[in-house]
Amino acid sequence: MIPGVSIEEKTDPLQGQILEVSMGPHHPSTHGVFRMDVKLDGERIVSLKPVFGYLHRNHEKIAEDVSYLGSIPYTDRLDYLCSLTNNWAYCLAVEKLSGFEIPERAEYIRVIVGELTRLVNHTCLMGFFVQDLGAMGTPLMYAFREREKILDLFEGLTGARMMCNYMRFGGVRCDLPVGWIDEVKKVIAAFPRFLDEFESLLTQNEILIARAQGVGVLSKELAINAGITGPCLRASGVGHDLRKVDAYSIYSRFDFKVPIGAHGDCYDRFMIRLLEMRESLKILDQAIAALPSGQIIDPKAKSRGLRPKAGEAYGRIEAPKGELGFYLISEGGPSPYRYRVRPPSLINLTVLEDMCLGGTVADAIATLGSIDIVLGEVDR
Amino acid sequence: MESAEQLRDRLLAAFPEARVEVLANPAPVAQHSLIIGATHAVQIATLLRDDPDLAFDYASNVTGVDRPDQEIKEKVTVKETVDGEEKEVTKEVTRTEPGYLEAVYHLYSMAKRHGPVILRLRTENRTDKVTLPSLTPVWRSCEFQEREIYDLFGIVFEDHPDLRRLLMWDDFEGHPMRKDYVEPDDYEWEPTPHDAVLIKAKRPADGEEAAPLAP
Amino acid sequence: MTEADEKTIQDLRRSGILLTTLEDLYNWGRSNSVWPLQFGLACCAIEMIAASMSRFDIARFGSEVFRPSPRQADLMIVSGTVTKKMAPQVVRLYNQMPEPKYVIAMGACAISGGPFKQGYNVLKGIDRYIPVDVHIPGCPPRPEALLNGLMELQEKIREQNLTGENRPHHLRSDVSGEFPVPEFGACDLEPPSNPAVWTPPEPIREGL
Repeated sequence: MIPGVSIEEKTDPLQGQILEVSMGPHHPSTHGVFRMDVKLDGERIVSLKPVFGYLHRNHEKIAEDVSYLGSIPYTDRLDYLCSLTNNWAYCLAVEKLSGFEIPERAEYIRVIVGELTRLVNHTCLMGFFVQDLGAMGTPLMYAFREREKILDLFEGLTGARMMCNYMRFGGVRCDLPVGWIDEVKKVIAAFPRFLDEFESLLTQNEILIARAQGVGVLSKELAINAGITGPCLRASGVGHDLRKVDAYSIYSRFDFKVPIGAHGDCYDRFMIRLLEMRESLKILDQAIAALPSGQIIDPKAKSRGLRPKAGEAYGRIEAPKGELGFYLISEGGPSPYRYRVRPPSLINLTVLEDMCLGGTVADAIATLGSIDIVLGEVDR
Repeated sequence: MESAEQLRDRLLAAFPEARVEVLANPAPVAQHSLIIGATHAVQIATLLRDDPDLAFDYASNVTGVDRPDQEIKEKVTVKETVDGEEKEVTKEVTRTEPGYLEAVYHLYSMAKRHGPVILRLRTENRTDKVTLPSLTPVWRSCEFQEREIYDLFGIVFEDHPDLRRLLMWDDFEGHPMRKDYVEPDDYEWEPTPHDAVLIKAKRPADGEEAAPLAP
Repeated sequence: MTEADEKTIQDLRRSGILLTTLEDLYNWGRSNSVWPLQFGLACCAIEMIAASMSRFDIARFGSEVFRPSPRQADLMIVSGTVTKKMAPQVVRLYNQMPEPKYVIAMGACAISGGPFKQGYNVLKGIDRYIPVDVHIPGCPPRPEALLNGLMELQEKIREQNLTGENRPHHLRSDVSGEFPVPEFGACDLEPPSNPAVWTPPEPIREGL
């Protein structure tokens, strides 16, 4: 008897058995401590139930105890690959709640670091995804090489590689250091070359095509009804990008396209991210060219001891993984009465079973890899 | 998009017996919400989704809110007869506002690109009448989020396809996101500026007198 | 080894003869091929991966072979927050590793619960259930910090003797390398800590 595996006899003994396997929470390809209870008929999946909570760190409960400002470092640790966009979404919600205005320069800085974060997330995801498909090492090393370059920029700006804790209500914490923009220009000038290299290495690769095309197909209707957001939704053919729909911050000023997939399979989800990175580079170029001088934080905004008037607000942004929202209820106290994170990673997993049914275990791994989850955000 | 009041009138026209009230939001963003009675919730949700003008095809955020019983002290002026004379006397009266649990749904429309409409469903109390209809049959995106509310707040969703705890283990007791949840005391003592930990540390040891708390 | 021996060894080394003790040779081999378990819990796991990538290159220290199976691993890097739901799995994985085995608690969460210490589902330090050899502070520690922790561990391995009290566990039959796996209780783990490995620190009440 193997722990985590049980066998269920079918009524007709000639039909074989249903094998129940618990994959995870320690499994090399579940992107952290995620568990899937899979039922198999031979090699085919007949049922797949995700099990959560192995990284449930009580972020929401803690945030209802600490001050508004004190929650910003915790948001860093939600989706730990993209701390800056998490900061941004939270600050946006607080700004909606208390009505702060953001100076021009701060908006531009936010867009620049936000798009750099998208580059970091998508490069890492593509590395992890192809590693799940069996390309051990090389593409992931390439991806991390590029990631390190951008993390150096973050470190120069905020002092930390991963947990940046950079945005503040009504602006950002500190101005750009001297020469930082030149470093950004260098990195983004060299980035298309990496993308070309990555594309020539992978997009026409026979194994990748065989493993990803037609696998884990998600229909448009189900994607909308199940609240899927981000690249997964757009791969299914829905042109819904909050940067265009809400046009929050200053995204209406930039000229960029929203790539849309046609099939909704793993390959589309992979390609969407590759194309999105090229669009992010376009936004970065425009934002750097137009970066104004001026204040970086609203002088009326208060960070320490902020007590917004009673009310509630829901703020959302297009994080690299999808719609990241924060829902805050204030009762006038120093900490929020209710603090809720709308985690895109968790809700994108709603359709995991639908996408994997009838496929093989190997396909389920590919599908999970292409959804792009980070467990810190799934379980919070 | 229609305002919350227009939406309420439209819903009341479609379901005259339903309870639909507007809850104003004083924050600058002014996202007003609609309080919906539990009996008509599924019908209202289906209408919101299927009406071609509204087309709220996307339930973005679903969450719970805990409102414990509140003691409200208020001054009441009562007419009393004192020594045969009728006088107006101001008295301080304490009354208890009964608590409830609330499920909040943020709806958007991907087709029409508008929103949000915020629906609030309230339970009758916090102890035994905590059942609400599940909106998962209308929007699949509610599936995990309603399970999370069931886990952390203890609202039981009727007709949910798979209502189990989402984050905590199955045998876990209690609902940790409720305001009155008592966390297990598993801290060791350490010098820390966190007040709550300090207070725990200052609890008297056996046979000792309680140390006075710092003002 | 006396000073004279040391001098003889140096002289012999100059003429191409390498003398060493079995103990040193054995520990040299062990310390330079510590294979970690491929086991990420949270944020720190990303820095652990970064440490194994080209820039930081943990392969320089002989530890690039991340094993997916605990049966093939020597080192468990507890990288990230250990929740109460996950703690039994971590202890079980530790039990499945063969001796000699070592544990690095990477990051504030693994050491003490870190920023999430207040959480009702967060274990306040993995050393409540399994013995930890090296603690690396940081939230998350930089990859360099992990490399430094690994070097500390190598130092520790090199100082172990083949005989005597200090010998590694696989050479002693009197010590068990397995620890009881905690079970899920009503609102906490049962037991909340393993008294054989961890005792709560004595409260100091002066100066409060």
